[in-house]
Amino acid sequence: MNRQIRAVGYTMLVLFGVVFMNLSWLQLGRAEQLANHRANTRLLLKEYALERGAIRSVNGDTLAVSVPTPDSQLKSLRTYPTEGLFAHITGYYSLRYGRERLERSYNGELTGKGGVVTMQDLGDRLLGKGQKGDTLVLSIDTSVQQAASSALGGRKGAVVALDPVSGQILAFVSQPSFDPNQLSQHSPQGQQDAWVALNQDEENTPLVNRASRGTYPPGSTFKVITAAAALEHGIGADTSFPATNEYQPAQTDRVIRNFGGSTCGGDMASALTVSCNTYFARLAAEMPAGYLEETAKAFGFTETPPLDISSVASRLPDSDDLKSPAFRALSSIGQYSVAATPLQMALVAAGIANSGRVPVPKLVKQIEDARGAVVKQTSAETWKEAVSPETASIIKQMMINVAANGTAKAASLPGVQVAAKTGTAQTGETGDESIAWTIAFAPADNPRIAIAVMVEGAGPGSDETGGRVAAPIVRQVLQAHRSVAGW
Amino acid sequence: MITGTAKRNTEASLLVISLVIAIGGYWLVALARSATVPAGIGVYGAIYGGVYAAAHLAVRKLAPRADSLMLPIGLMLNAIGFVLISRLEIPTENEGLAAAQTRWLVVAIAAFIAVLYFVKDVRALARYRYTFAFAGVVLLLLPMLPLLGREINGARLWIRLGPLSFQPSELGKIALVLFFAGYLSERRELLAVTTRKIGPIGVPALRHFGPVLGAWGVSLLVMVNQKDLGSSLLFFAIFVAMLWMATGRPIYLIAGVGMFLVGAFIATRLFSHVAARIAVWHDPFAYIDDRGYQVVQSLFAFATGGAWGTGLGLGRPDLIRFSVHTDFIFSALGEELGLVGGAAVLTAYALLGARGFGLATRCRDDFSRLLAAGLTFTIGFQTILIVGGVTNLIPLTGVTMPFMSYGGSSLLSNFIAIALLIRISDEVGRQGGEAPPTEMNMAAGGGR
Repeated sequence: MNRQIRAVGYTMLVLFGVVFMNLSWLQLGRAEQLANHRANTRLLLKEYALERGAIRSVNGDTLAVSVPTPDSQLKSLRTYPTEGLFAHITGYYSLRYGRERLERSYNGELTGKGGVVTMQDLGDRLLGKGQKGDTLVLSIDTSVQQAASSALGGRKGAVVALDPVSGQILAFVSQPSFDPNQLSQHSPQGQQDAWVALNQDEENTPLVNRASRGTYPPGSTFKVITAAAALEHGIGADTSFPATNEYQPAQTDRVIRNFGGSTCGGDMASALTVSCNTYFARLAAEMPAGYLEETAKAFGFTETPPLDISSVASRLPDSDDLKSPAFRALSSIGQYSVAATPLQMALVAAGIANSGRVPVPKLVKQIEDARGAVVKQTSAETWKEAVSPETASIIKQMMINVAANGTAKAASLPGVQVAAKTGTAQTGETGDESIAWTIAFAPADNPRIAIAVMVEGAGPGSDETGGRVAAPIVRQVLQAHRSVAGW
Repeated sequence: MITGTAKRNTEASLLVISLVIAIGGYWLVALARSATVPAGIGVYGAIYGGVYAAAHLAVRKLAPRADSLMLPIGLMLNAIGFVLISRLEIPTENEGLAAAQTRWLVVAIAAFIAVLYFVKDVRALARYRYTFAFAGVVLLLLPMLPLLGREINGARLWIRLGPLSFQPSELGKIALVLFFAGYLSERRELLAVTTRKIGPIGVPALRHFGPVLGAWGVSLLVMVNQKDLGSSLLFFAIFVAMLWMATGRPIYLIAGVGMFLVGAFIATRLFSHVAARIAVWHDPFAYIDDRGYQVVQSLFAFATGGAWGTGLGLGRPDLIRFSVHTDFIFSALGEELGLVGGAAVLTAYALLGARGFGLATRCRDDFSRLLAAGLTFTIGFQTILIVGGVTNLIPLTGVTMPFMSYGGSSLLSNFIAIALLIRISDEVGRQGGEAPPTEMNMAAGGGR
């Protein structure tokens, strides 16, 4: 009998060993992954007890702030006084659904853990004084953001504007927006109801950040890149094609026509002014296969822009597809499988404005500690050397002409030179919906702002083009920035 | 050879350490809330000091040659449990749990002393084996009665008597271990006779499988009617393990495991609550918002605790919600005291198991031997079931963590088990059968 008792005893010891090994795996091996699991609110709850830093606009408006709620289990409530206006920048701070956007990417600084630790901080911590988070100051002026939002009105779309030299974002609007207060409220049921409602709204998709995460066919705004590809590779602006109303690339029966069936041609500048499809289609089809892809990539296509909130890469067709002249012809006018984020198109405008250099886009201008001292200031950085200053200068001249005499007249301002390019991309199976675009920068001789406006779901016909829908929005944002910045 | 006095002195000093854990831990928990000495600390100090002294003096007087580790291990685990329970009072709906647990400890230690006082020789208990059988089955099935039974958290394993709710299966399992020990020590030779062979395995006459079938039936009944997977599994495992220890016939193990698998298979097919447990075990994150919530939170608790834990009072074990102070108390420990704390506690249980099985091998009679092994198996297996459950190593079966979990019936039955083990070890000590302390006790003792 003792033999069996010992066997049971040893078996039990082995089982304790197995249980212990599993426990070790859980608390050491898997600990990191599980502790940071999306549904694990423990770390969040700890954060709620800290004094989380605020987010402010450059003109001092509070965009996000934590209000103490000593009676609640959660020691503070995150509130967003500007509601939906900055929602796609600040994001939300939800117990149940986690953090998003700046609340997420600057969480360390906002909680006071990731930023610079001063001697005074260390002293405070040793004395057991509460840890305080740093404040983020955006480069956006509330009035410019408000102007962009109002100009877009009730339409779905996005506005991204930035300083083409420093890369500081000046407006960043994605509409429809949402109220981050609803997702950040303490009531779990309230949070859940808001979350479900926002996610069920498939018509408006208010949680989708169209500005840096939505990709859309850029239409004729892409012609700027096609022109740059030619110029960069020694194909001059004087390259002329006879006027025509349709163009059929080799090896295909697809015919490319001009907007409204019009006839156009001539040199590059006159083709860009009237947004001549047949010209750029033929230019791209007759260029060697790699040019278009190389230049688009030089502007940042296929790479995720280094923005301080989540963004996605803009897309090009496969290299193999681009070997076909027909696909190159379609891609050159921003159709086929070319798809760009409004952020990327704003960066294209910034690249032309900034003598060919695309800056790193930055939402946060500086970080201040709880006492208001600046602990970090962002500086200008170059993301891409897209094209030569000569190429940029030639295209700038063409874009000035587009705003002055061409499709982007509605973007022009009195007394200042604006450079712009419009685009209208057909979408949907039947092509009865379109995306209206305008990219621009101003003043042309000393650019202070580069901008892309994208309006989704514009209708068919000549009333809903980029020039008519998006260019007026550009003008309003430029005006708002002009009155704030005084150029 | 160690004298009885030396052993009792060891026990006394270990009990002092346990007292320091109980009172020091209680203080630390209070400090995490506010930087003041908690009001009740003097009262708790007096009660725990008094209870420990009473238990120790009772052993000194009534069982002087008994094992010196079993009582301190049980009380130390209980002290850790008390500290965690006082910490879990922070969500206010748990207010008063620590005081209630302390009252139950007084009752449990009173029962411990009573067992030592009234049971001078465990062999005398063998005579009442059928009484224990009856009591055990009644206790196990009591919650089924319509007036008495109460369903809590989806399992019908409680009864309500006036203001007290009670989990009778906890006491029932001690009664059944007593019955199995009595029945099997009487019948073991009969049950071990093999009449046929299937391959290399000898098979006894078919009628000897009757008791196995009976136990299987009772455990199925508990599972189906009370939805109490834990008690059902524990009860069946105790029976099969004791049957095999008594007879040494592998066929009983094979039949037992086979019947368990068949029963489990049928149960998952027929009963949604069993199937749900299996599904949650398989992928708790798929049920994160409902049935898998507690298991996932328990995993989060362990992961957040990591190697060293968040510190007492600084984690969020309350997120596990209900039964964090009972079934999930080990998760609270893992979060706030880390892997280090969990390892210490598991080591204490393993040590208790080693002492218990070691004691069983040194008994002179079959009844004591089976009783010691059976009681030790019960405590050890129950610990593995619940720790494996809350770490999602095995499907969660709601059983308490012996000595640590909140609950009167659990404390009562576990300290009765310790009293019986101490009584047996005193007998072995008096017969001079104790091995030198330097050797691992489990490996010592003569075979039979």
